Amino acid sequence: MKILIWLLVAALLIAHQDSWYWTDNTLVFGFLPIGLFYHACLSLAAGAFWLFVCTFAWPKDLGEDYENKTNVGEKQ
Amino acid sequence: MELLLALNEGQTRLTVILVYLSLLLLLGFVASKMFRGTKQDYLLASHSIGPFLLLMSIFGTTMTAFALVGSSGEAFKQGIGVYGMLASSSGIIHSLCFFVIGVKIYGYGRKYGYSTQCQFFRDRLDSDLVGLLLFPILVMLVIPYLLIGVMAGGGVIQAMTAGAFPEIFPNDAAPLAGGLPKWLGSALVCFVVLVYVFFGGMRGTAWANAFQTIVFMVLGVVTFFVLADKIGGGETLLESLSIATSKVNPEFTTRMSMSPTKFFTYMLIPLSVGMFPHLFQHWLTAKSAKSFKLSVVMHPIFIMIVWVPCVLIGIWATTQPIPPSIAENANKVLPFLVKTQTTPLLGGLLTAGILAAIMSSLDSQFLCIGSMFTNDIVTHYLGKDRFSDKAQVLIARTFIVLVVAVTYVLAQYELSVFVLGVWCFSGFAALFPIVFAALYWRKLTAAGAISGILAAAGSWFMLFRDAEYGFDGGYSLSIPYTEFQVMPVVAIFACSILAMVVTSFITKSPSQETLAKFFPEEV
Repeated sequence: MKILIWLLVAALLIAHQDSWYWTDNTLVFGFLPIGLFYHACLSLAAGAFWLFVCTFAWPKDLGEDYENKTNVGEKQ
Repeated sequence: MELLLALNEGQTRLTVILVYLSLLLLLGFVASKMFRGTKQDYLLASHSIGPFLLLMSIFGTTMTAFALVGSSGEAFKQGIGVYGMLASSSGIIHSLCFFVIGVKIYGYGRKYGYSTQCQFFRDRLDSDLVGLLLFPILVMLVIPYLLIGVMAGGGVIQAMTAGAFPEIFPNDAAPLAGGLPKWLGSALVCFVVLVYVFFGGMRGTAWANAFQTIVFMVLGVVTFFVLADKIGGGETLLESLSIATSKVNPEFTTRMSMSPTKFFTYMLIPLSVGMFPHLFQHWLTAKSAKSFKLSVVMHPIFIMIVWVPCVLIGIWATTQPIPPSIAENANKVLPFLVKTQTTPLLGGLLTAGILAAIMSSLDSQFLCIGSMFTNDIVTHYLGKDRFSDKAQVLIARTFIVLVVAVTYVLAQYELSVFVLGVWCFSGFAALFPIVFAALYWRKLTAAGAISGILAAAGSWFMLFRDAEYGFDGGYSLSIPYTEFQVMPVVAIFACSILAMVVTSFITKSPSQETLAKFFPEEV
């Protein structure tokens, strides 16, 4: 799972370098420059990706037992 | 209502701004009623912040003047590429940092009782010197970040209250005449944030952040639609949007004038969130590690909701008759449009939205520098038993006032919010390898971390000086023997990694006991 997640992060970062829309002046829905539309979609894709990570790959060794504990010092 | 009608436009906007600021003071006062009187409660809200409040406070803290005023101003200068340069990359990388750094730091923070980064690094690397070195560097990097907010706050209030008191506040630049001068607006913003941070501590800050995040997101979207309607002037919203964008020169609706390598190297800048001291503190306020999930998922989407409208407004502004005094200081483009294209009442509300974004970052930064000073310097070197919790809170507040005073003086210079932000984030991003290695690389040594920090600080300062301390807004580095341009962060980042890795390989690792504490599964 870890490898899959890192591969997907890399895929998102590669997709971020969209040289193919660099000089494209098309307006999506008649008002949204395609370069901006593409990157807005990338933000949505990032949200979906992190939802996947939080659902299926959330670390299990996080010590949720801290929930009801209050720290009082610099170091315990 | 009659009173409002008797006011001129500038005065109406000022009244709305003052009402909003009063609400924030009230919020701080209410939060202070829940204050438990301990340092832990003041600085970390007793680890009581749940998923929603954590999302809103982290997002509000991360989105500063840079997101609203800076993004629209920079889009006015450079076009839509600004979104890809910082917003979509941040959507991926910020959440990555929350996931790989924030969640782990939270675990150690709860387990070993850390409140600041220096405490963590000292413990992880068995070295007092790391903390001593890191403290001034972090404070010096937070100051430009504070500057962004204080400068933009003053500038926005001046632009929006123009015409309020022409006889008291004359100004050579006609669009700003009669507005509250920048020094007064900046002072007002600092005062309000200081008061609610002092009264409410971290709980008040988290509440104020959540409230302000909702305000600036809602009002940001309202601003977008109102400006689309005014600038486009169509019969339907879609028609107005189409007309507004169709007038824009293709230079701004594409990235034809932007260097692809510069765009690519901007990717390193969002790594800065991994080392923001105020975010470190916010992470530790979480009720549980599960509270992070909502922030990790929603952060990229929230970024999109805020940045896309701002970038569009910025490119639409290129088609508007913007006076030279506004155009030469792009920070004022958004306030100017809001002022000239909306009614005074709505203009006042929208200004409150911009101020909300600015102040929701300033509060956390104020609180974190106070926290760092008491924990990393005062109690660490003079002994924590020497001071009561009340005395420590007082010391934190005194240090905050001192830093804010220095920032306030520096804020009187005119710099681009965007350029200053990029330099500040570059410095924090260059420290990212240190925190990443501390969490995931057991071979990291104290000497390695110190070398990395020194290399980052030294190279950052050299390049910042070369860029005329931020006054050279287009500063970039060229790859030798090519025409490719890269951001200075690449060189600073490379210096930091190289120094850290090489030194770690040739120096002694921390004790087995320390490594067992942080890498139990590998020992």
